[in-house]
Amino acid sequence: MSAEPISRREVRAAARRRSDRRNALIAAVSTIVVIGGGVLLLTTRQGWPVVQETFFSPEAFRTSFPDILRGFWIDVKLFLAVEVLVLIASLGVAVLRSTRAPALFPFRLLAAVSTDLFRGIPTILVVYLIGFGIPALALPGVPNDPIILAAFALTLSYTAYVSEVFRAGIDSVHPGQRGAALAVGLSRAQAMRFVILPQAVRNVIPPLLNDFISLQKDVALVSVLGIVEAFRVAQIDAASTFNYTPLLAAASLYVIVTVPLSLFLDRMQKRDRGRRRLEEARR
Amino acid sequence: MTMPVLEIRGVTKAFDDKPVLQGIDLKVEEHTAVVMIGASGSGKSSLLRCINLLVDIDDGDILLDGEVVTDPTVDPQRVRRSLAMVFQHFNLFPHVRVLDQITLAPIKAHGIPKDEAVEEGRALLARFGLADRERDYPDQLSGGQQQRVALIRAIATRPRALLLDEITSALDPELVGEVLEVVRELKEGGMTMLIATHEMAFARDVADEVCFLHQGRVVERGLGRQMIEDPQEPETQKFLARMLATRAV
Repeated sequence: MSAEPISRREVRAAARRRSDRRNALIAAVSTIVVIGGGVLLLTTRQGWPVVQETFFSPEAFRTSFPDILRGFWIDVKLFLAVEVLVLIASLGVAVLRSTRAPALFPFRLLAAVSTDLFRGIPTILVVYLIGFGIPALALPGVPNDPIILAAFALTLSYTAYVSEVFRAGIDSVHPGQRGAALAVGLSRAQAMRFVILPQAVRNVIPPLLNDFISLQKDVALVSVLGIVEAFRVAQIDAASTFNYTPLLAAASLYVIVTVPLSLFLDRMQKRDRGRRRLEEARR
Repeated sequence: MTMPVLEIRGVTKAFDDKPVLQGIDLKVEEHTAVVMIGASGSGKSSLLRCINLLVDIDDGDILLDGEVVTDPTVDPQRVRRSLAMVFQHFNLFPHVRVLDQITLAPIKAHGIPKDEAVEEGRALLARFGLADRERDYPDQLSGGQQQRVALIRAIATRPRALLLDEITSALDPELVGEVLEVVRELKEGGMTMLIATHEMAFARDVADEVCFLHQGRVVERGLGRQMIEDPQEPETQKFLARMLATRAV
């Protein structure tokens, strides 16, 4: 009896398929046991109905959610505005710090000092200081609107971080690029604008988005100024009913806006890794 | 005698007390090619970077068309606009397509109208067999194609002289030929060039003068064939023997 001749390639492929199937099965069983077991353990405890009522009450959710959503709109407007302001300001600071013109020295010094300063002060303190401190001066022509002051405070705090991200991006561009740009006759400013910055920005998009994810939830800090945004609304509701469902409702809203950004970031970094591997393989 | 395009007079340069150029004298006449040979670290690349004012010299003068360009009062951008340089590692801009790569400097640094620069860029790409690559990014090209683009980028600004810094050293051996072919063609077209290279056969063929650099000094100079095939100085002979041991001339 002679067996059908099977190539080594087919034998290996079959073995690989068997192993893949087994791994998938093990992962599925393990997931069901761990997650399912955890849920079962939690929901069968004696205190579970109390937990459910305190944190996941549908009724409390229904009553407070519309107000929380309205409050959240303030958060959204705030972080969108601050993101734009931070992008512009931090790019300006980063470029300024890489210039060499002697006339700009005081600005470079100011940028360096304020970056270190605002990175060192807790954001909540900056918000408080500006939100209450500036109106206390009663200066004519200076806005007293807490939302504008809050946006200003968040911009100051985040510009300190994001400008460092941009600066790292500028430093990450190979010095040969600047040499080549100057060698073809571009000025320093043109080399920065056309050659270095485009590469720098591309290099720092992941850490940049990371800072924005963090900003999208740090907007809740402006509640210390009495701005009735999502967290503040939820806090008021929770305090008057002793039910914490509104806080979870607010939390889920912050999550809803940050998770897509996180997923996008993950995908981008994965693609980047893939491209780098490809480049190395081609070398 | 006419004035040389480039003249190097007693140039010295040290990095942190480590001398790299120790009094170099050199002239490049119009429409000629001067080739510098020598071991890595002999000062060839440093001299090219000094000429392009990417590095400041310590002592001596560098003259471009009779003008001392190494004075601190000279605007380096103006000097670099009349020179062009090609680097060992291409240094193409990775985010810029081939055609824009070539037209960027003519448009931004030389104020040439965009239509004109594009037309000229396309003509250059066609002349060097890269017409179908104008929409590509550098990483879509082979090393040889990238270096040819870098050469075209350099000559697109119509420089007075072309500085070539070991432009084939980072290439796979089978890609060296296509790049050197472009340089030969530029030489025939009358381009003034100062070249640092490890390709001895190329040096012999293309050079009007070959200079052997050793420890930041020109130890020997002469016509291409005579220098490569019949060097007089012991250092030159040692260097060429080492090169011959690893490469066919």
